[in-house]
Amino acid sequence: MSIRQPNNRVTSAKIVIAGGFGVGKTTLVGSVSEITPLTTEAIMTSASEGVDDNDMVQDKTTTTVAMDFGRITIDSDLILYLFGTPGQTRFWFMWDELVRGAIGAVVIVDTRRLADCFAAIDFFEHRRLPYLIALNCFDGRQHHDVNDVREALAVSPNTPIVTTDARSRESTKQVLITLVEYVLTMRRAGAGAGVGA
Amino acid sequence: MVVDRDHEPTGALVRPYAVTRGRTRPRLEIAMEALVETTARGRLNGLSSGREQATIAGMCGTRLQSLAEIAAHMRMPLGVARVLVADMAADGLLAVHEPSGIGDGGGDLVGTELLERVLSGLRRL
Repeated sequence: MSIRQPNNRVTSAKIVIAGGFGVGKTTLVGSVSEITPLTTEAIMTSASEGVDDNDMVQDKTTTTVAMDFGRITIDSDLILYLFGTPGQTRFWFMWDELVRGAIGAVVIVDTRRLADCFAAIDFFEHRRLPYLIALNCFDGRQHHDVNDVREALAVSPNTPIVTTDARSRESTKQVLITLVEYVLTMRRAGAGAGVGA
Repeated sequence: MVVDRDHEPTGALVRPYAVTRGRTRPRLEIAMEALVETTARGRLNGLSSGREQATIAGMCGTRLQSLAEIAAHMRMPLGVARVLVADMAADGLLAVHEPSGIGDGGGDLVGTELLERVLSGLRRL
């Protein structure tokens, strides 16, 4: 292990990987990560009250949300993390933390189940987090034309839509490169989707 | 006596926080991707603290680890790891390197430079 100077600015960055259940988020993370994807869990307690006046007992529910993530060492002092969103989009409390400070997001789409990604797209647009659409072609076949998908998802003409094979390291690498290039282009154009504070 | 099943989830919630003596609020907000490094003091004294603290000090002494990695390796929820790491940072045993958030502060230059570094790093993969 190299010895870093103490005054070196050690830092990290993250990219969010979203998409419906079973669409290939962890596969994509694992194809490019230098570690086997790890799982981190968050616990949330919610107390539902005032539902029934006769019931004086607060009904507490505890929810555990799991997120898979991977790691790419860019430099000895810069590490990039890829965080998969929780499978169920109802766990919004975790999404807030996931997108905070993120470079951008990859929304993986299975064209046979387009609607599965609507919630993620809505969320990123609302938070003004730049994202791209990655059509995962599991079987090497693309089931829909890219323009049809763009129309069906009603995403802006600038939003990149790429095809990918989430199992392929090279393919995933290209998806991430396209995303970062897109974010850089937007910053330089001053379009500032969620950037530039 | 009838078992009150409604209280079971509460027990499940309390147990993970036993290592923090029940505290759920960290002394320091730490992002899940923040990098944690054992300090020289942590190398000397970290191993003599609690079992979890010693494991964290050992883990982050050989390689930079994010809070999320610490939580995953320790098999503890993110919130529990955050309380432990924040305490150890306050005691000078760990250094926490916050992420270069793109959207927050730092100015455009910092964000653009970071993005360019990430981009060239990805191209080198």
